[in-house]
Amino acid sequence: METFIRNSGAVNVGPIERMVSVAAGGVLLARGLRHRSTMGAVLAFAGADLLYRGTTGRSYLYQLLGVSSVPRKNERTPLIYRQGIRVDHAITINKPAAELYQFWRQFENLPTFMDHVLAVRITDATHSHWIARGPGGSRIEWDAEITADVPNQMIGWRSLPGSEVATAGSVYFRPAPGGRGTEVKVEMQYLPPGGILTALFAKLFGEEPEQQIREDLRHFKQMMETGEIPTTEGQPVGPSMVESSRGWQVREREAREARTRMPGTEEAA
Amino acid sequence: MKAACWYGTEDVRVETVSDPAILNPRDAIVKVTRAAICGSDLHLYGGYIPGMKHGDILGHEFMGEVVEVGKSNGLRVGDRVVVPFAISCGNCYYCQQGLWPACDNSNPNAWIVEKMYGYSAGGLFGYSHLFGGYAGGQAQYVRVPFSDVGPLKVPDSLTDEQALFLSDILPTGYMAAENCNIKNGDVIAVWGCGPVGQFAIKSAFMLGAERVIALDRFPSRLRLAQQQGAQPLNYEEVDALDMLRELTGGRGPDACIDAVGMEAHGTDLVAMYDHAKQTLHLETDRPMALRQAIQACRKGGTVSIPGVYTGFIDKFPIGAAFGKGLTFKMGQTLVHKYMRPLLERIERGEIDPSFVISHRLTLEEAPQAYRMFQQKRDECMKVVLDPWTAPVYNTAVA
Ligand SMILES: NC(=O)c1ccc[n+]([C@@H]2O[C@H](COP(=O)([O-])OP(=O)(O)OC[C@H]3O[C@@H](n4cnc5c(N)ncnc54)[C@H](O)[C@@H]3O)[C@@H](O)[C@H]2O)c1
Ligand SMILES: [Zn+2]
Ligand SMILES: [Zn+2]
Repeated sequence: METFIRNSGAVNVGPIERMVSVAAGGVLLARGLRHRSTMGAVLAFAGADLLYRGTTGRSYLYQLLGVSSVPRKNERTPLIYRQGIRVDHAITINKPAAELYQFWRQFENLPTFMDHVLAVRITDATHSHWIARGPGGSRIEWDAEITADVPNQMIGWRSLPGSEVATAGSVYFRPAPGGRGTEVKVEMQYLPPGGILTALFAKLFGEEPEQQIREDLRHFKQMMETGEIPTTEGQPVGPSMVESSRGWQVREREAREARTRMPGTEEAA
Repeated sequence: MKAACWYGTEDVRVETVSDPAILNPRDAIVKVTRAAICGSDLHLYGGYIPGMKHGDILGHEFMGEVVEVGKSNGLRVGDRVVVPFAISCGNCYYCQQGLWPACDNSNPNAWIVEKMYGYSAGGLFGYSHLFGGYAGGQAQYVRVPFSDVGPLKVPDSLTDEQALFLSDILPTGYMAAENCNIKNGDVIAVWGCGPVGQFAIKSAFMLGAERVIALDRFPSRLRLAQQQGAQPLNYEEVDALDMLRELTGGRGPDACIDAVGMEAHGTDLVAMYDHAKQTLHLETDRPMALRQAIQACRKGGTVSIPGVYTGFIDKFPIGAAFGKGLTFKMGQTLVHKYMRPLLERIERGEIDPSFVISHRLTLEEAPQAYRMFQQKRDECMKVVLDPWTAPVYNTAVA
């Protein structure tokens, strides 16, 4: 991933492919969600992407891969080739800017909503040490410094030169119009020195860095607005298809037998 | 505990699963005393809603008793509550605007829906992973997230059967009628005489409609609509559009309610076309009732759509809608908004919603109940399940 990818979606999917995408996407999404596995997740993602590309003419996958199926003469895709991955994402949070800034500025709070960040330790007024979850259960650590800090408005940071990981980012807090909370905008850039670390980074943030940041920001909003992050992990679920089916047949038979034993009743089915 | 689980198209099984636990501070666990099967559940049963997984616990219409609460919670153990089908945080912009099902914070899978719809709605109980994948209430126990916001305490003076439908279909029928902006002298036409249609009819009268015309093809359902004061119209026996024109002096109904949704029935050529396309996944929804409602509606009238749609429809008569300057109102019901005022109407005796119940069964009988309700057999109108008694196999509902 040596390209600079700006995820502002221009149409990069042609009209015929869009029609096919809608149909195939629905099927894939349904199939993918039916399987609780990595393959299922991949199918679901591909399905969702197909639906998205069918209805909007944009594909995340294509953007990531730098591909476009729109005829050249209509070319509007702003794929800028530079170094690293850049992600921009904005979300509106129903809280005052000062409250959001203060929570974020305390970097120790970040692991509560950043999925891959395990811990942040403050080392001095402008420096901090980060520990994140890497691929295959590994840990990645780096030191970062604050490069800009405007109270209640923005924070900028970057990793120190020579870190295992090269990253820079800023977050802006701007009051939304009409007192509708605060617009929070994150700009993040990863500048992998190349080679193995590039691949590592792609893994660290999932195959889709934008997706990861989008979810982190959503979780930030959920924490700040509701005090918790919604989940269904750990809720009850029926046994798998295989385990359940035997019990089902036995019960059906028993029910049928019970019914036929009762005088004056008959199977209506 | 026991729960009704989804295992594919027309495959519901009652399984033994683990009891739900508190997962977040604002959660509560409710011991379900009554649960109902909704027309919306039939869309899951029929396999029309994407994002279901094997083993998913169904059910979004339920009530019961609070048996456990999380750390920050307005409820107390022992409270008797009825729970809205939509899960809403109460803190986001949408919740604060009263647009509860549009909640920003209750759907853990919002990213998937954002790709499909642009923006995601909130979570729902037992209604696919697109709406959060929350385990539903056709079970002995259910976990209720953000339980300080949704659940409404039920006074002892009301029975379970009187309060249960506050969770969904009574507010749904009411909102469908309220969305018609009914004025003195208005004639309202209601497509679909299922429970939602019945409550829409009843509500239209409560809100001052002059007349209500009710369309369906099942005589028992049309009969119940007639008992509510509606004029029944069997669309299989007469031409619905001609008849509606005739019954309204050539004007057309002032407002049309589509209480049918994406699985509409039809027999003409266009209906066959929709059926074929839906089967091939080229169209997700069959909009026969909706098209007819748009066609029938008078100039400047309102089309109110409580019936559920999820994807794409074909041959949407946008020209007729535009030419007549119609107003469209639709969406998941704002149950939170209507629960309390409707509870008061029940207490005052203005409506007893239990009139729609046709079958009282046990949770164990859920598989047979789904089949019967889908096929509208045995004059099935609305099934209420008791999760705590053993089935008596002399009702022969299979
Ligand atoms: N908006 C919401 O939040 C919400 C809440 C609850 C239910 N719903 C939806 O409301 C709809 C009705 O629910 P229900 O419980 O009454 O379901 P139901 O299946 O009992 O009733 C549907 C009725 O529509 C009739 N019908 C079918 N095709 C028709 C046609 N072409 N013209 C006229 N009538 C036709 C059927 O015969 C049936 O009686 C469903 O789509 C359901 O998903 C929406
Ligand atoms: Zn329902
Ligand atoms: Zn909300």
